[in-house]
Amino acid sequence: MNEQQLSELNNQRQYVQTPSQTIGPFFEYALPYAGGPDLVSGHHANAIRLHGTVYDGAGAVVPDALIEIWQADEAGTLVRNLGSLDRDGYTFTGFGRASVNLAGHYTFTTVKPGAVGNGAPYVLFTVFARGLMHHLFTRAYFPEDTDAHRNDTVLNAVPEERRASLIAVADGDGSYRFDIRLQGDDETVFLDFDA
Amino acid sequence: MTDSLPTQHEISAEIAEHEARTKRAMDAGEPAPLHPSRDYAPYRSSILRHPTHELVRVDPEEVERESPAFGHTDVNPLESDLTIQHSGEPLGERITVSGRVLDGEGRPVRHQLIEIWQANTAGRYVHKRDQHPAPLDPNFTGVGRAITGDNGEYLFTTIQPGPYPWKNHTNAWRPAHIHFSLFGSAFTQRLVTQMYFPADPLFALDPIYQSITDPAARQRLIGRYNHDLSVPEFSLGYEWDIVLTGPKSTWMESEDADE
Repeated sequence: MNEQQLSELNNQRQYVQTPSQTIGPFFEYALPYAGGPDLVSGHHANAIRLHGTVYDGAGAVVPDALIEIWQADEAGTLVRNLGSLDRDGYTFTGFGRASVNLAGHYTFTTVKPGAVGNGAPYVLFTVFARGLMHHLFTRAYFPEDTDAHRNDTVLNAVPEERRASLIAVADGDGSYRFDIRLQGDDETVFLDFDA
Repeated sequence: MTDSLPTQHEISAEIAEHEARTKRAMDAGEPAPLHPSRDYAPYRSSILRHPTHELVRVDPEEVERESPAFGHTDVNPLESDLTIQHSGEPLGERITVSGRVLDGEGRPVRHQLIEIWQANTAGRYVHKRDQHPAPLDPNFTGVGRAITGDNGEYLFTTIQPGPYPWKNHTNAWRPAHIHFSLFGSAFTQRLVTQMYFPADPLFALDPIYQSITDPAARQRLIGRYNHDLSVPEFSLGYEWDIVLTGPKSTWMESEDADE
């Protein structure tokens, strides 16, 4: 089929998903923005550091990944506040974006979300990278919520031996490390919500 | 990356193999793949960067079914014109790129964020790691943002980007494209993709474009020349609609959807 025929065929198929393409290597000057990684100010009384390193299947750091997070506020509410792109330093929007540095490391300043519904508290992660054709979703849970983890639907859908990859590690006062491994034996569990 | 690079012939043969595999699967009744496979070796950078475990299928919860809100305090309307960001006029052919963002039921995705970035007319990005020895244009950055309107519509004024070389294989060239980043009304609809231009001779050779192994799906990334969008004495118009199907949103191939 030529391009014209394919175009006509597609016109008959209404509202079919537009395919993904890799974010490529050159997003750095376009997508990150001032304040993107800071959902709250570091001076916020309950500010936490949520950080980690992105690794590839050979264990090498991935220096050209972009991470987005999306989460509820401390009370477990998803807010509809404007201002994610133009932060005023006080308004919590629940959205953050950080690119990794040359060591593959990202850092967000945020608050620990409250539980939404009956599950355990978590932050939704989206991973984009050069070489990754289609972004990946995962969740970062918090290590102290062991009781809530036992009843969490998503954690229970994950084979037990892989569950730890979804739980951040407490690595200091108000600091959590959540490393992301794109491939390999200790690969992070990635989630498909379109089932 | 120090290994000797494969030739275009080798990459093209791998591309053909992947496409033939998809065709066999579709002929056997499997649904057409909507997205590229993350495991697509002709794009060499994907080899160590795709998960080897199956993704765990779960129902989206409230967090995944909602999306951040963006609006007038986030994006200045002038940010959708990439030709007015500097004191002088950028070089190249001015284009207007316009369309609608829709969900799987054809409803507009309203008041959501679209971000674009692209190379200049010479095929060079304003990025410190872009080593392509083509000129930068002091009057073109190649970054734009917009918030979709009440009908999901968007419009960017920019410059036709140039194709550019990369190091996936010997004599590898990317077809001209504009990168798009989109938010839907649910975070699960998040999409980063690329819009291409009609009849590009590099399509068949490009492992990123060809990573979408269903020809009909690939075609959905090509903007359509629309003379009604061309602005007299100013720019050529391309129309490109984007569909973000969400969780549980149903879609069917037309063959099954006729009844």
